Amino acid sequence: MTTPLLRVQGLRTWFPIKAGVFRKTVGHVQAVTDVDLEIEAGSTLALVGESGCGKTTVGRSILGLTPSQSGRVEFEGADLRGLSQTAWRPYRRDLQIIFQDPMASLDPRMRVRDSVAEGMRSFGLGRDESERTERVQQLFERVQLDPDHIWRYPHEFSGGQRQRICIARALAVEPKLIVCDEAVSALDVSIQAQILNLLADLQSELGLAYLFITHDLGVVRYLADRVAVMYLGQIVESGPTASIFANPLHPYTRGLLKAVPSIDPHRRGGAPPVEGDVPSPSAPPSGCYFHTRCSDVMEQCRTQAPAVYGEGPQRARCFLADPSGAPR
Amino acid sequence: MTALLEVTELTTRFPMAGKEVPIVDALDFEVGRGEVLALVGESGSGKSMTALSLMRLVPKPGRVASGSVRLDGEELLNLPVRAMRRVRGAGVAMIFQEPMTSLNPVMRVGEQVVEAIRLHERVGRSAALDRCRRLFEQVGIPDAAERVHAYPHQLSGGLKQRVMIAMALSARPRLLIADEPTTALDVTVQAQILRLLRDIQEETDMSILLITHDLGIVNEIADRVAVLYAGRIVETAPRTALFENPMHPYTQGLLRSMPALALSGRRLPEIPGVVPSPSDWPTGCRFASRCSKVMAVCEGVLPEFRVQGPGHDVACYALQEAASRGEKKGVQQQEGAS
Repeated sequence: MTTPLLRVQGLRTWFPIKAGVFRKTVGHVQAVTDVDLEIEAGSTLALVGESGCGKTTVGRSILGLTPSQSGRVEFEGADLRGLSQTAWRPYRRDLQIIFQDPMASLDPRMRVRDSVAEGMRSFGLGRDESERTERVQQLFERVQLDPDHIWRYPHEFSGGQRQRICIARALAVEPKLIVCDEAVSALDVSIQAQILNLLADLQSELGLAYLFITHDLGVVRYLADRVAVMYLGQIVESGPTASIFANPLHPYTRGLLKAVPSIDPHRRGGAPPVEGDVPSPSAPPSGCYFHTRCSDVMEQCRTQAPAVYGEGPQRARCFLADPSGAPR
Repeated sequence: MTALLEVTELTTRFPMAGKEVPIVDALDFEVGRGEVLALVGESGSGKSMTALSLMRLVPKPGRVASGSVRLDGEELLNLPVRAMRRVRGAGVAMIFQEPMTSLNPVMRVGEQVVEAIRLHERVGRSAALDRCRRLFEQVGIPDAAERVHAYPHQLSGGLKQRVMIAMALSARPRLLIADEPTTALDVTVQAQILRLLRDIQEETDMSILLITHDLGIVNEIADRVAVLYAGRIVETAPRTALFENPMHPYTQGLLRSMPALALSGRRLPEIPGVVPSPSDWPTGCRFASRCSKVMAVCEGVLPEFRVQGPGHDVACYALQEAASRGEKKGVQQQEGAS
């Protein structure tokens, strides 16, 4: 078996809650707990979940932007977790990130040409500024922007165009993996389709891998090869996109899929599939974290934490997925 | 019986690049009694500004330039300020996308609802607080008796939106304007709130004007739909007709580009280009620059509405062209037969 491009094992990122005069740690926001995931080169893994589930923290911890407590983050076999800023530097070329709000991630006082060329200069790509300018023009063409516009400022572009600039900036250093954190969530549907198509084209041309962090299951279905569903800091189900959508094992995944409003005029109504609100990550429930909202809750779920079950590529953190047969 | 809300030729202008641009341009629509009408459009389509125009809350330097807004036959646009204040709340109530920014963070939520109740009715504090508790129960807030004493930050996003809905219902409005009421919420909570709005609508027979960018939400809750593009309505239809047989090229493109429908691995049909900025709106059809069926006539003057089916009106030259070709063909066939 070949090593995957990225393998995350047992990743844990907890934020201390400090109180009192001595700033004593009184508890933890358990943002990410024991997360395992793998991404093959050239493929897309979607990390999906609702707000506060820890999906963004996973992305940031992988990139070393948020310090994590334990686990391994192996990129091409090398463990990146806990590396110093300097030790991280060579990997910054391979791992790039695109955020939800392109306006906030572009310097408003910098011409977009300079924003896109910054990474190239920092890694010594291109012989001189004029060669880098040429390269920025090529990148602009690649992301379907007018190469004559490279000297403009971010405010002179629309939201969709700004996201194209951020994609161009990520591509400038020829990365192997791009973390896309809600990269199309702020865009209108018609523009969103353009950006999703662009990302798909770039993947097949350049062999890029994506970690696609999103709350939008429609986007997941369109773009992802594999899906990991997060709830309260844990991955509750993972597997190939087609099987997750056709046959979700975890009750949370089922509820999430059912909650998405359909555009089939003959399908509407029905009771909300998941009741209540997400509990606080600083005091997750006992047993299975989902038991407070689960429609299939059993006695053992309240006290015992389920392991990850499943023999094939699709796995779920739920007693119902235990092949040895769950006691009812 | 006339419709509850009748809007005709509503135009709201904003100064932009040296001229006064109609951000909302000559809109005609109605909301029937007990009906849920969805105004659907992308950002910049003018859907939120339409809602603010109805409430006469357009921020300066914008202004409602012309048109008519009638609620139960009463013209709102020339109502004195005091009378308009009574209409807001008791006639028309509004809920917004961000429940956090619409609630006062330093005031208990119960007090805020009590304040709203006592603004419209002469009732004592404790009677109002009782009403508030009942409203909280009606909108499905668990532990309503205790939650009235909570501050907004102690409630989740879904609960805050329920408080906003309770406040909106407090003066028993005839029309509820819901501007992207679930956009800031997670899908599981969104499903709960949509269900709540539908239940309340059925119980009280209130009308709802829903403003959204999400066609899934439209399908979930609307009876009728008006599709907005660049300040103009391009298509109105009953919900089922719109989803089964969308006729305007923009509506068709919008439905096709939704990733929920597309299968993995296939290319998403996209609408090329971007929405033109209001200061560059063309004289002809505003969708012409992005339309796959564009003809020379589209670039001349704005297309008129034509009836295409029961309650189904579309403003598009391509459809009119196709219809007239169809008629000619029909005439020829008849002639051939005779």
